[in-house]
Amino acid sequence: MRMSKAMSSHNGSLLSVRNLLVEYTTEGQVIHAVNGVSFDLERGKTLGLVGETGAGKTSIAKAILRILPDPPAKIRSGEIYLDGQDLLKMSESAMRQVRGRKVSMIFQDPMTALNPIMRVGDQIAEVIRLHNRVTGRQAAQRATQMLEMVGIPGERYGEYPHQFSGGMRQRVVIAMALACSPELLLADEPTTALDVTIQAQVLEMISRLKRDFGTSMIMISHNLGVVADVCDDLAVVYAGQIVELGRKEAIFDRPTHPYTLGLFGAVPHLYEDADRLKPIKGLPPDPSNLPTGCHFHPRCPRATDQCRNERIALREVEAGHLCRCIQATSVEG
Amino acid sequence: MPALVEARHLRKYFETPRGLLHAVDDVSFSIERGKTMGLVGESGCGKSTLGRVVIHLLDSTGGSVYFEGEDVTHVDGRKLRKLREDMKIIFQDPYSSLNPRMTVEQTIMEPLIICGRFTRKERQEEADRLMAMVGIDQRLRLCYPHELDGGRRQRVGIARALALNPKFIVCDEPVSALDVSIQAQILNLLQDLQDELGLTYMFITHDLSVARHISDEICVMYLGQFVEKSPAKELFKHPLHPYTQALISAVPSIDIHQKRERVILEGEITSPINPRPGCRFARRCKYECKPCHQPQQLEEILPNHFVACCRVREINCQ
Repeated sequence: MRMSKAMSSHNGSLLSVRNLLVEYTTEGQVIHAVNGVSFDLERGKTLGLVGETGAGKTSIAKAILRILPDPPAKIRSGEIYLDGQDLLKMSESAMRQVRGRKVSMIFQDPMTALNPIMRVGDQIAEVIRLHNRVTGRQAAQRATQMLEMVGIPGERYGEYPHQFSGGMRQRVVIAMALACSPELLLADEPTTALDVTIQAQVLEMISRLKRDFGTSMIMISHNLGVVADVCDDLAVVYAGQIVELGRKEAIFDRPTHPYTLGLFGAVPHLYEDADRLKPIKGLPPDPSNLPTGCHFHPRCPRATDQCRNERIALREVEAGHLCRCIQATSVEG
Repeated sequence: MPALVEARHLRKYFETPRGLLHAVDDVSFSIERGKTMGLVGESGCGKSTLGRVVIHLLDSTGGSVYFEGEDVTHVDGRKLRKLREDMKIIFQDPYSSLNPRMTVEQTIMEPLIICGRFTRKERQEEADRLMAMVGIDQRLRLCYPHELDGGRRQRVGIARALALNPKFIVCDEPVSALDVSIQAQILNLLQDLQDELGLTYMFITHDLSVARHISDEICVMYLGQFVEKSPAKELFKHPLHPYTQALISAVPSIDIHQKRERVILEGEITSPINPRPGCRFARRCKYECKPCHQPQQLEEILPNHFVACCRVREINCQ
């Protein structure tokens, strides 16, 4: 992943997002959900978007697929290049060809992502028929294969979502997302609703499928452990901005932004002892009334007047490792 | 001095159209004063049911509960009301466990009104004291739950539980619905309150890192039964039951350099309806053999470390 200063359109990456700005307007209030997000995703790689509730992670993913509810949401500006083509300039009918075929999404809650009165096999076959010239029987065959690939016996093709457990429903959603071998998979908290042992099964399966199909992926999660497991690159999102961006190893070994550091200090470890956790003080900001300057400054232990008043840009602290903090010093690799 | 809370062979069955669901099946434990017992397991394993049976929110099907050495399994009337003052619960979802039509202050005062021992002025003072204790600003006292964020709502739930000075609190996934930065604030608050007030906790969670952080002892539950019981740190150093081993190895670690061997379990947790005798984990266990289908007993394998697995010694000697 690179972030070239020149912001040339796509520099060979599969996906390039540039200065994405998303707002929601409700009752005259403007909610600044995504405030100038830029990143690149190379082919075959996985980028993790981490952050807390309301940070704008899901809005970024939905903007890529152009499935934000409008109104109230509006993409104010930005470019989203997929294979060099700006998705935001495409017609709706062209976009429909992209969704499901080139880019697909796994949603957090498998129960609401599935149609409760349609057989699960048919739901997978529907995607296949939409995007390929195949007969009903061929689509059903392919759907059965997809079910088996995610570890569900083909005999269960004719069952309904309520007959499946949470883990199996999420597998169906994944099978649906992968049915047309998309180039880019957007996974929005795909394991958050699942128990740990089932989460381990699903993560293992996602990694395997990614390897086998060479799919690129954006993995949205609030769980640092999950992104540590599956991602190559990481973007830490706070108040609609990327505050730290880099290779996973760089960020886990040498976190530099105070918010990232705060996140690491706030979670209990599985093998390390701490008498007390170090919570980040205060609360995430109200997105309709963002603080001036650095959005994190009211909670930051190191905030200065400059942080309170000036807009802070992302800058490089080491090769390929960017941080939105004026106090972050360069780190030795 | 007897343990503050003790359960002996506690059972809770539910009738379902498909048969008898053994939600809690022959569970025994004791919690010393001022200590925290962590209860971990996956959804549907009976953790919350156990917590509710212990504090009399649900009637038990069998077995007994002791509080301060006294059998309280079948108390009623005035004694039950007194017991309810001593044993409280904090719920997982601070959105649905607060009455949306009651202000912060009303919510916290309600137990004080019900017990009937306080004058209006005393209630007000007590509510102010509780709010200060859990860190809710005075200016929020007339707010309704929908005006508060998740962390503050959970603080209101904690303040409500603390009214009437309980000795024992069941914390049922109190931080699961919260973001990590807020989760740490609430965990620290619970620890401070324990130190200050000498509270005893039963801490129910599915998050093993949280359980390890806050508990003195941890019980691992699977389909209504304890499979392992051990001092908290010891459990992570030497997990002995195959289920505990799989559970711990499944937790995604933020340590990206330490490559851990991951045990991926086949299948999923089922529900304990008309269960057969024997180990309930056997169906998913790679060490399953004939003796596993006999009833299993918790056995002390290491000091204070109990495991219910007939093959525990051979498995862990390999």
